[in-house]
Amino acid sequence: MAEFLLELLSEEIPARMQARAADDLKRLVCDGLKAAGLEFGDARAFATPRRLALVVEGLPTARADVSEEKRGPRVGAPEQAIQGFLKGAGLSSLDQAEKRDTGKGEFWFAVIRKKGGPTAEALPGIIDAAMKALPWPKSMKWGSGTMQWVRPLQSILALFDGKVLAGEISPGGRMAPIKFGDTTRGHRFLSKGEIKAASFADYAAKLRVAHVMLDPAERKKIILEGAERLSREAQVALKADEALLDEVAGLVEWPVPLLGTIDAQFMDVPSEVLITSMKAHQRYFATTKSDGVLANRFVVVANNVARDGGTTIVDGNERVLRSRLSDAKFFWDQDRKVRLEERLPALKNVVFHAKLGTQADRVQRIAALATALADHIPGSNKAEIMMAAELCKADLVTGMVGEFPELQGIMGRYYARGEKLPDAVAEAIGDHYAPAGPNDRCPSAPVSIAVALADKLDALVSFWSIGEKPTGSRDPYALRRAALGVIRLITENNVRLPLGSVLDRGFAAASLDQFQWEQERRRATGEDPTMAHGMSTQSYGSDDRDVRSVELLAFFADRLKVQMREQGVRHDIVDAVFALGGEDDLVRLLARVEALQSFLGTDAGKNLLTAYGRAANIVRAEEKKEKGLAAKIAGAPDAALLEQAEEKNVASALADLERTVKPALQREDFSGAMKAFAGLRAPIDAFFDKVTVNILDKPALRLNRLKLLNQIRAAMDSVADFSRIEG
Amino acid sequence: MSEPAVRAKPQCFQELILTLQEYWARQGCVILQPYDIEMGAGTFHTATTLRALGPKPWYAAYVQPSRRPTDGRYGNNPMRLQHYYQFQAILKPSPPDILERYLGSLEAIGIDTSLHDIRFVEDDWESPTLGAWGLGWEVWCDGSEISQFTYFQQVGGIEVDLVSGEITYGLERLAMYLFNKKSIYDLPFNSPDSEVPLLYGDVFLQNEQEQSAYNFEHADTEMLFRHFADAEKECGRMIEKQLPLPAYEQCIKASHCFNLLDARGVISVTERQSYILRVRTLAKACCEAWLATQVEKKVAA
Repeated sequence: MAEFLLELLSEEIPARMQARAADDLKRLVCDGLKAAGLEFGDARAFATPRRLALVVEGLPTARADVSEEKRGPRVGAPEQAIQGFLKGAGLSSLDQAEKRDTGKGEFWFAVIRKKGGPTAEALPGIIDAAMKALPWPKSMKWGSGTMQWVRPLQSILALFDGKVLAGEISPGGRMAPIKFGDTTRGHRFLSKGEIKAASFADYAAKLRVAHVMLDPAERKKIILEGAERLSREAQVALKADEALLDEVAGLVEWPVPLLGTIDAQFMDVPSEVLITSMKAHQRYFATTKSDGVLANRFVVVANNVARDGGTTIVDGNERVLRSRLSDAKFFWDQDRKVRLEERLPALKNVVFHAKLGTQADRVQRIAALATALADHIPGSNKAEIMMAAELCKADLVTGMVGEFPELQGIMGRYYARGEKLPDAVAEAIGDHYAPAGPNDRCPSAPVSIAVALADKLDALVSFWSIGEKPTGSRDPYALRRAALGVIRLITENNVRLPLGSVLDRGFAAASLDQFQWEQERRRATGEDPTMAHGMSTQSYGSDDRDVRSVELLAFFADRLKVQMREQGVRHDIVDAVFALGGEDDLVRLLARVEALQSFLGTDAGKNLLTAYGRAANIVRAEEKKEKGLAAKIAGAPDAALLEQAEEKNVASALADLERTVKPALQREDFSGAMKAFAGLRAPIDAFFDKVTVNILDKPALRLNRLKLLNQIRAAMDSVADFSRIEG
Repeated sequence: MSEPAVRAKPQCFQELILTLQEYWARQGCVILQPYDIEMGAGTFHTATTLRALGPKPWYAAYVQPSRRPTDGRYGNNPMRLQHYYQFQAILKPSPPDILERYLGSLEAIGIDTSLHDIRFVEDDWESPTLGAWGLGWEVWCDGSEISQFTYFQQVGGIEVDLVSGEITYGLERLAMYLFNKKSIYDLPFNSPDSEVPLLYGDVFLQNEQEQSAYNFEHADTEMLFRHFADAEKECGRMIEKQLPLPAYEQCIKASHCFNLLDARGVISVTERQSYILRVRTLAKACCEAWLATQVEKKVAA
């Protein structure tokens, strides 16, 4: 058994791409090994800012010869079949094939012998193929070459069983090929010259001497422990940030955490601003005091062991942070001199989307939608909703949000509070982007709910109307997230909303804005404004609902299904309720699903489901046999034709049901309605025991009994489509 | 042959420029003088935009005064200028040791890598007006961005034959870092020991004040619209005559007119995109015309 070691050294690889690239390299090489019939043991991949490394253990040093048999067509088969067989087996003529009698006739057989040989001969091709297939998010060529890699590739270390593999990668053009070797380089600044490796253990050990920690997990550990120790010594606590930790570990080969200080003059700037500036611009870790408030210390992770112990590095970082925060403080002071309301005209200069007009247009639509939603949100104040909706995007044109886009909403809340606007308004401005995902906090204050809903609904409607719908993995405007946000806002706050008509209203407003925007654009660019047609015209479906709303409702239904499945609700139950269709009140929809789920958990529910299945199966089977039967058995059974007691009992139980279920459904008492069905069970069981449905000599009786069964089915289907439930 | 004498660590703004020029001259670059037309960045210089295209190798370095009218702050902001300097080095095709050469330039200007923390942080570059993009990094020294490094992949919408490595130093920012100054205006322009020691502010503060007033308040917008249209037309005419260099000058002029109009706030959001598109159309045509001259000459030779 032997070890395969591969290292691809390049110029600095973006941090965000490293982990994925290491995984891809491992997958591609392992796939190549499997395809070549090579068994192997453990495979591990690593990434640093300058290298991808892979070690595969337990490979055989040689592959045995293998032979494989392929049966072809019958002897004397048409020429086309023969040719296909020869091509598939890689033979040039039938002389290379064998005739064999299989007992069922004579067939052609091809015996394909794959020559084995030293593993070392198979590996270079596998490396080459893996490198060509490695999917970098963005790649480039360099020098005079044509090869694509994330950044210029510098060397390739490729060892098998301690020996250099024979091979090379050619970057193309007039560039020298990069020959496989047994050398690499250490840290850019902390080591000099080449390192020669004999094995993976040797490679990793020598890299460590050359100040490269190969394993990202180890770098993360060193960073975290160092940062925590420095924080502890300064009597502050490190603010955990896993994403930042991952990124920083991808920026250094030899992490050296150092402690810096934030200048006191900046400590009254909102902590979100300080944290964002440190994280987004500088990749520093923030710290907190014992009361959880931001402390004036930060941790920066250097990629160098400086000869002065890091004093110069800390000093430089403190200086750059000072100048960053001077900007931030300047924005904070300047922004508060202008009221949010005074900023609204400037939103006319911010394009929301080239086909959808400006943020000013969008704010108008959000405000109209949010105030219309007020009627559906108990305890909401229309005037406050109006104010919050009109101001919710004003912070986009502040200096601070211009500099730190991720602080949108948060700054609006600070500025609104500073202006002494009502608390509910300030909170709604701060909350209206939420919830940003399944784990984000969901607003629950009435004004916040209205504005947050309007913001997301308008985005959905607007992008939908210009055909920007999510497809597969492409969802550039995060519409799935917006839809999930709407679902969470509605269901977690019990907002009773006729979503369909709300969407209709939204589409009407968005269409008008698009049309006016296009006219304006045409005027500006010298095109004929009268040729503007808008992106889409009103298009109403049969039930007077905009067809786009119908589509968007289906999109919501899909998101809701996904969400419920993730919460562990059985998918068939979800399907059974959704199959009823026409429901656009998400709260009612969920109540039905919950009631059905708990009903089916009871014995009565399970037994009734069995009875339903029998009834439905008989009706379905008969409908299949006899064309036009469905229409004939649509109505109520004729009481006069009910002969047996068991038939009469089912009929009267159905009549009772009619009296209890309908009002229960109207009250939205779904569990009450389900319980009422439990009373059907005994009569139905007795019916199936004693009554023959298909009495062929009495067609009138047969039809009447089918009507009865059909009624059972119809009654139950009024609550959910039971046919979709798996027993 | 003896090595040329290496200059001591720079002590002032002009020594920084001289050091970089000497360093890149030693790397085999032609040292050019600034292009004599207003432009937004060193990348607009023909030595970069046009020379990046075509099959001929090209090593050049130069200082380029760069004008960004909207960045003017009447001399009140210690870190922002409407007129500033970029030092640009372009090596085509990018040599395998280009990063080592770049790090050598840092040593030359006095950044000791055994004391500082140098990082290469992902930064992709794109210029919508030039129809150009490339991949590279921001280079950080102790958390401060001191250069940009780009491998050009496309210019004027055309994929490059040979990849140029482009290194841009924002000279004022770099000098503030090297000389530990909080304001651009406090940077020593010549040596503080000179007979007449002058600061950056002595040289440029009045210019920032007056040019900011011009850019934001007084520039004649009707004239600028007219100049834009004229330059656009003249550019097209020169393209027809297959004279890419004069055509490209008109393209840069149109671009600068647009920047001034933008600063005057007379271009609406809807128009903005279409102006950028018009400049890009010119840039693309110039690049295509230039490339034709390069390829023809190659065939003739």
